[in-house]
Amino acid sequence: MSLKRKDLISIAPLSSDEIMFILETADSFKEVTGREIKKVPALRGKTVVNFFFEPSTRTRTSFELAAKRLSADVINFSPSSSSVVKGETLLDTARNIEAMQADIIVLRHQAAGAAETLARGVKSSVINAGDGWHEHPTQALLDLFTIREKGLAFKGLRVAIVGDIAHSRVARSNIYALTKLGAEVLAVGPPTMMPASLEKLGAQVHYNLDKALQGVDVIMMLRLQLERQGRALFPTIREYSNLYGLTAERLRLAAPGALVMHPGPINRGVEIAPDVADSFSSVILDQVSNGVAVRMGILYLLSGANQ
Amino acid sequence: MTILIQGGHVIDPGRLNDRADVLIENGKIAAVGKNLVAYARGGASSATVIDATGKLVLPGFIDLHVHLREPGFEYKETIQTGTASAAAGGFTSVCCMPNTNPVNDNQSVTEFILDQARAAGNAHVFPVGAITKGSEGKELAEIGDLRRAGCVAISDDGQPVMNSLVMRRAMEYALAFDLPVIDHCEDLHLSEGGCMNEGLVSTQLGLQGIPSAAEDVMVARNLSLAELTGARLHLAHVSTAGSVRMVREAKARGVRVTAEACPHHFSLTEESVRGFNTLAKMNPPLRTWQDVQAIKDGLRDGTIDVIATDHAPHAAQEKQLEFAQAPNGIVGLETALPLTLALVEEGVLSLEAAVAKLTSEPAKAFSLPKGSLAPGADADLVVVDAQASWEVDPARFRSKSKNTPFAGWKVKGRVTATIVAGRVVYEV
Amino acid sequence: MTLGRAELMIAQDKKQEKLIMDAHEVARALTRIAHEILERNKGITDLALVGIRTGGVHLAHRFAKRIQEIEQGQVPIGELDITLYRDDLALKKDQPVLKKTNIPFNISDLKVVLVDDVLFTGRTIRAAMDGLIDLGRPAEIQLAVLVDRGHRQLPIKATYIGKNIPTSRDENVQVFLEEEGEEDRVVILNGA
Repeated sequence: MSLKRKDLISIAPLSSDEIMFILETADSFKEVTGREIKKVPALRGKTVVNFFFEPSTRTRTSFELAAKRLSADVINFSPSSSSVVKGETLLDTARNIEAMQADIIVLRHQAAGAAETLARGVKSSVINAGDGWHEHPTQALLDLFTIREKGLAFKGLRVAIVGDIAHSRVARSNIYALTKLGAEVLAVGPPTMMPASLEKLGAQVHYNLDKALQGVDVIMMLRLQLERQGRALFPTIREYSNLYGLTAERLRLAAPGALVMHPGPINRGVEIAPDVADSFSSVILDQVSNGVAVRMGILYLLSGANQ
Repeated sequence: MTILIQGGHVIDPGRLNDRADVLIENGKIAAVGKNLVAYARGGASSATVIDATGKLVLPGFIDLHVHLREPGFEYKETIQTGTASAAAGGFTSVCCMPNTNPVNDNQSVTEFILDQARAAGNAHVFPVGAITKGSEGKELAEIGDLRRAGCVAISDDGQPVMNSLVMRRAMEYALAFDLPVIDHCEDLHLSEGGCMNEGLVSTQLGLQGIPSAAEDVMVARNLSLAELTGARLHLAHVSTAGSVRMVREAKARGVRVTAEACPHHFSLTEESVRGFNTLAKMNPPLRTWQDVQAIKDGLRDGTIDVIATDHAPHAAQEKQLEFAQAPNGIVGLETALPLTLALVEEGVLSLEAAVAKLTSEPAKAFSLPKGSLAPGADADLVVVDAQASWEVDPARFRSKSKNTPFAGWKVKGRVTATIVAGRVVYEV
Repeated sequence: MTLGRAELMIAQDKKQEKLIMDAHEVARALTRIAHEILERNKGITDLALVGIRTGGVHLAHRFAKRIQEIEQGQVPIGELDITLYRDDLALKKDQPVLKKTNIPFNISDLKVVLVDDVLFTGRTIRAAMDGLIDLGRPAEIQLAVLVDRGHRQLPIKATYIGKNIPTSRDENVQVFLEEEGEEDRVVILNGA
């Protein structure tokens, strides 16, 4: 099998076989990241450009480390350090970057569709590192990798995704990926944070966290964008936290041994209680370290010669 | 100068729907009837004869909703290119919206537009004046002056009048001139940040949606205000099932309301946005299949009086922006005819009803002395080959901009000649 | 390098298969090499076997079994996937499927015997040595192969050889092993 794709823009078009193949490829890199010398020469001579329009130290660092461990050259571009000027379209800027012989462009952008637009316009491979509320495919893949690594099977797995679903690319990518692999996804949050027709994506919609958590195997907490307060989505952070925050007490409603996940960075005491974030159930730090292995896998699979 | 259009099928909505010749003299319709050859020969020896055998001969189309972009946005379109585009699409009269720079909220802008239109000579241009100064929704523009300068209606198009009191006053004030008040119905709070229809597709694409309710609540408000004031209300680009339902009900109650629908709103759905296609980005957004059906029903039963294009040219680089940042709108003048004829093919409209929605109905809505082939009327006509199949190629558009989602569509029905005031301005 | 099963069946229909070593000869060669390894390294102290995926892994296990029979001692076995060290990755359109490297012991200061089925250009062994050295600093790297078919492109030489087979470049040497459901044998498939 091989991933016959130039780009990784979204989970939506991937088959379950492709998703599993990416995870299996990442297994090899997980082994590499466990070595004393955590570096392989697979992408020697290749150039990876991290093109980040939104600040995200975490994701950018993860991609940077992944690329460096594959021996690629890495350039970091962000609007503050590059000359992204008004009037120049994203495509113009990207073509300039491509002219520097970038093999792979990793794009983080605040506009949904930016990665897809870019991928259509450049010959380089494009990896979507998050585009608006659309998708964040590598996050979903590293979440799946972590679930699988903990010995859970996807078929019949009950996963609750809790929080601001409407404005979350992480939620969308995970809903696509998990449902493709046969998991049952429960989207939990206030109705103001549920996007239209979510059920049609295969997720069950729940407004009551306590009810939704009954017997779930995995709880994915989403980060609450605190700046959304005052936009009539929820009254106060206090009330949000009371209704949708994950506490140790609530965690007991889930299946024994349930995993607690979070894409980070976490708002301690808002969507997740500090003792839960640090508990044995929490795999938040595994997610971070698996992120590097999964991204190495994706970079490797997309690094084939583009003809 | 005499033109004889011979052997065509003439449709003059409500007056004639039959094979006939049309004789044009001195820019006016001289006669419509059988065998006018002899009459022409007697009247003038130098008659130009257009053979319309197998073709339709119709009053020139009237578009109540176009953006000609001049003054201020000449890189998108000018009055010259916009009216050339109109002529190529069979439109002999267009009503241009006031959201230019400066806004057409005073006599001098209106006069400028009319001067440019006369110089271009491709089509009649009827300016629409602003409702409020600068279309800011606060103080009324000098509507009386605008009327005198030649505006045929008022609108703050693109900038809905959010303040209901201002809208009420505008409607009341316009009564003095019997001017139609046009509203682009959109509650800006409900639509804030939105860039496509709210629904499954917006959820999948992670784009902020604009709910149908953003249009519906303003349609409801405007209908209430029209009822209160007795004003002539014209609803621009109706896109939702809810709007159609409310307009139907208001008309039954006797509210003086007319409504227009755009070809893209009855030809496309939100599905066209997939792939973040900025050419499918417009405001109001493309809606669902159910909305499309409701619009067709509205066209069928007369709830929607008029087909208008909302011709909205944008430069290529603007449409290359990220979806949320790209401007709204598409060019529509050169694709309106085949998309309307598709409704005839589909059985939604009779051919005569379809023609009426492009001619007599818009004329009536804005009281324009157009849209008819009665003897003595201005000789604005279009000859159409309804059976001609062609592929939409934006590169061939007369418009300066090429932003259309219909590129590559195989369509049927094309204009073979357009005559404005007795002068052939477009001919294939 | 090794063909897949389905491809092979098609290949067998088309091509003449020339037997070079039968099951007995393979067994004898493996036994001999096992003895040679023990002789050269004076027993099993600090000895480790690392098979190159996939053919080399099976052979490494066979050597380990023979060594245990002879010396009554266990030699650690590792499995090495050299894909990430290949020198032709940048040229490929679709990246080869990775099989995990699994060397569950520290190779530093061990005498590591790399095991592969066929020694040809030497590029695989170059990649394997690079891969191995990324895992630690072995005291020594030795190379055991069942077949050496010549045509080296790098200055690499096997320490232990089951059989030297003179071939032409376009011939295809195949090692079949019981572990993959075949009868043990080495053949030459003619034609490119």
